[in-house]
Amino acid sequence: MALVQIRDVYKSFRRDTQSVDVYTGLTVDFAEGSFTALMGPSGSGKSTLLNLVAGLDRPTSGSVRVGGAEVGTMNTSQLATWRSRTIGFVFQSYNLLPVLTAQQNVELPLLLTHLKKRERAERVAIALGVVGLTDRMDHYPRQLSGGQEQRVSIARAFVADPQIILLDEPTGQLDSKSSEEVLSLLQRLNGEFNKTIIMVTHDAKAAERAKTVLHLEKGVLMERQEAHA
Amino acid sequence: MRFIPLVLSNLLRQKLRTTLTVMSVALALFLFASLRSVVTQLEISGQVGAANRMIVQNAAAFIFPLPQSYANRLATVPHVTGVTWANWFGGKYGDGKKFFGPFAVDPVSYLDIYKNDFIIPPEQKEAFLRERTAAIVGPGLLKAFGWKIGDDVTLQGTIFPGDWTFTIRGTYALKDPAYGDEQFLFHYDYLYERNKENVTPGWFILRIDDPQQSGVVAKAIDDEFRNSTAPTKTGTEQAFSAGFVTLFGNIQLLLGTIGMAVVFAILLIAANAMLMNQRERTGEIAVLKTVGFTDRTIFTLVIVEAAVIALTGALIGLGLAIILPKATGFNAFGFLPGFHVTGGTAIVGAVIALFLAVVSGFTPAYQAARLPVVQALRRVE
Amino acid sequence: MKIPLIYNVRSVMQRPVSTAFTALGIGLVVAVFVAMLALANGFASALTKTGGDDNLLVMRKGADSELSSGISRADMNIIASFPQIATGSDGRPLVSPETYVVLNLPRKGPDSTLLANVVMRGVSQRAFEVRKNIKVTGRTFNNGQSEVCVGEKLAARYRNTAIGERMRFAGREWTVVCHFTADGSSFESEVWGEAEQFQGAMRGGNSYQSVTLRLADKGGFEEAKRALMGDQRLQVDAHLESTFYADQSKLLGRILSFLAVMITGIMSVGAVFGAVNTMYASISSRTPEIAVLLTLGFKPHSVLLSFLVESAVIAFIGGVLGCLIALPINGMVTSTTNWASFSEVAFAFRITPSLLVSGLVFAVVMGVVGGFFPARKASRMPVVQALR
Repeated sequence: MALVQIRDVYKSFRRDTQSVDVYTGLTVDFAEGSFTALMGPSGSGKSTLLNLVAGLDRPTSGSVRVGGAEVGTMNTSQLATWRSRTIGFVFQSYNLLPVLTAQQNVELPLLLTHLKKRERAERVAIALGVVGLTDRMDHYPRQLSGGQEQRVSIARAFVADPQIILLDEPTGQLDSKSSEEVLSLLQRLNGEFNKTIIMVTHDAKAAERAKTVLHLEKGVLMERQEAHA
Repeated sequence: MRFIPLVLSNLLRQKLRTTLTVMSVALALFLFASLRSVVTQLEISGQVGAANRMIVQNAAAFIFPLPQSYANRLATVPHVTGVTWANWFGGKYGDGKKFFGPFAVDPVSYLDIYKNDFIIPPEQKEAFLRERTAAIVGPGLLKAFGWKIGDDVTLQGTIFPGDWTFTIRGTYALKDPAYGDEQFLFHYDYLYERNKENVTPGWFILRIDDPQQSGVVAKAIDDEFRNSTAPTKTGTEQAFSAGFVTLFGNIQLLLGTIGMAVVFAILLIAANAMLMNQRERTGEIAVLKTVGFTDRTIFTLVIVEAAVIALTGALIGLGLAIILPKATGFNAFGFLPGFHVTGGTAIVGAVIALFLAVVSGFTPAYQAARLPVVQALRRVE
Repeated sequence: MKIPLIYNVRSVMQRPVSTAFTALGIGLVVAVFVAMLALANGFASALTKTGGDDNLLVMRKGADSELSSGISRADMNIIASFPQIATGSDGRPLVSPETYVVLNLPRKGPDSTLLANVVMRGVSQRAFEVRKNIKVTGRTFNNGQSEVCVGEKLAARYRNTAIGERMRFAGREWTVVCHFTADGSSFESEVWGEAEQFQGAMRGGNSYQSVTLRLADKGGFEEAKRALMGDQRLQVDAHLESTFYADQSKLLGRILSFLAVMITGIMSVGAVFGAVNTMYASISSRTPEIAVLLTLGFKPHSVLLSFLVESAVIAFIGGVLGCLIALPINGMVTSTTNWASFSEVAFAFRITPSLLVSGLVFAVVMGVVGGFFPARKASRMPVVQALR
């Protein structure tokens, strides 16, 4: 059974008086250990898919199951706890808290666990080591470059050891060198740590690094490419 | 506990703004505590007096004296164990700008009745008793005029005309500061000698053996003198003080209203600051939620932040209110001897600070907790 | 080039709650400011209006209040013979010898033991002529009768003081035959009766406490004072009646203005802090807009001015609110003690137009002070950084 099962999902937004349909019956699976790039034009519903999987948003109808749990039936408090254990989220604009250091930013999800201070520090050190920023742990976000910020935010996404990492245009604001670093990091997380990754992107080069590429258009799955590697 | 660094970082993000908010809370609580202390101090002043002392006045008005002959008759009233008398002298010193009230007192009996309240070194007391023109002057008054023991000081009489020269022979320490450290006591005989035809005691002070009997004693005395030329009005020393305090007018209401206005104004300022802070952090709160922070945790974080601001402000404000009067010896031009912030006032101040924290933090905390993540993220992206 | 005010108005409307809170905070400070000064104002004017500035008050040398003064009948006759005194319509000098006693009288209210010190002034018909601002309702007391005239402020607050009622004091019953006003002055807190009656019932003897006389020549105060004080037969001080009563209010007036300044001073600092906060927040949320304004070519000082005006306008609205909050207390009567005579003085809160204007000016000053540093920050914003 696939780790993420999306079955017959309808989703519509109300914009002022108009109702906009994003999906009219979307069905898609993401297997455990997969690395999927979601492509498609603006407004095709890529980000909404991430929000649904993360439980940030609820489908109008249909079912979103992650690891066998029906996301739509949990209340907000259960969802928050579930999210902290299951999902890591990375944004296009990093969204680090400006008042916290890199280390404190990465530690945030661990504050929600029962780990002791020392254990938390160890985990943070490992995560920052993986993203190669051990020497920047005491820096504030404004003291980091864009690529470094994004790597910190990736460290924040996997430090609590979630099964799934969701990324929304992670390389959208980065130059090609930083993009390369981030994408290599994602491949490593997928390959070495067996994280299931779903990445929304516009960038064909980024999509090439994924094992699977899905094209969405107007809420409909258009084509599916499997990588040769 | 583990969220403390997060709260602290948020507080320190806008150092200037946090400082200003803390300071306005501090100012408000300083003002509140000071105003309330004026009221409590007046209440304390209105309760000055030992339970076993009573005052006998002329029933018509306090400005009318009583015959000297009453002293012996009062001494025979049951339960009365001591009688003394005093007179309002009404002098002024120098330019007359500093207000104080010298009393002419019968030295031996007066100091005896107040022996537990005015603590006078024995040799000073003896020197005072020996000399007809001697005076005992409170430490506050000594300081105000720069007098010292042994000085000759000349007051101008306002009720009893002319220049009156006294030699300061002693000062006193007080058990209860509310009696005032600006007293000026001198021999009744000195006054009497120069004004034989129109000086008689202004009021009598009695000591009784049983405070429970004060009502009985008062009735016995007032009945005895009812049909004489000078009917009396007898009451406890405390009632006398309370009557004096009512002369100020309705200060409680005035200061109470101002205190309310101050607290309310600061509530607005603090709540405003918290609201603005939260509005600016909408995106960050959304991020915390995607990380998995529950609504309740976020609510708590915001309330705690408000509480830290309010309580820090309270600590500073109440601290200043407690320390400043001690350091400066403030006594409101002599009207409020022993002015200080009572424990009760400090507690009320702390409660107000807590209230402030909850009220100013509640709306932003609630908004933060209820923030819809998807919408907020859209604003961030 | 001026930034149109409509920009500020629209921006302010974007944050209605913050703006309202800031304005209301400033409004409360202004309300307290106006109310406290109205109190000090009312008290001062009650005592400064007591007595005319062409009347001379004569008391015994060294006496600092009428209570502690004494003038014998013989001395009174000498004083009445001075040529500096104006003459009345009947051709006789305008001189009012008066007795002055403070008595306990029962206030209105449920508590029957509530006594307060009231001035009992023994006068003659002349007293109503010497004091120009006295207006009597009813008839004045007849000679030789136990009749009294009660000040308007007193009448509202003490028992049995309506016209026709009987008051009991000094061992007698007195019929109230008239009420009088005196421009809100402290005379309105007094009971007036015939001097001879009051002498008999209270102080005994036939001496007076003071003599008030009308000067023939309005500017002749110094000359009359010299003449009276220089007379070998007399031991008296002469005061201008108006300044004498004004002086009695000085200590309490000082306390009241000290309180007003201290309380509103501290409060205003708090309110300025609030205004600073609001403006800083407002500016930081408008960073890109300000950058755009600067890029478009608006001068930094236009930006400074624009934000100062915004802050001042918010504060001004607060000031108006504060004045409105304070206004209802105008005319409310309260009382305190004249410490020179230990007698109760009733007076009304007095809000004057100039007081309201100073309240508004105070508000605008708070706004400008609170807005200055944030506005300067906005005007000095580095454009490139702000646009990023």
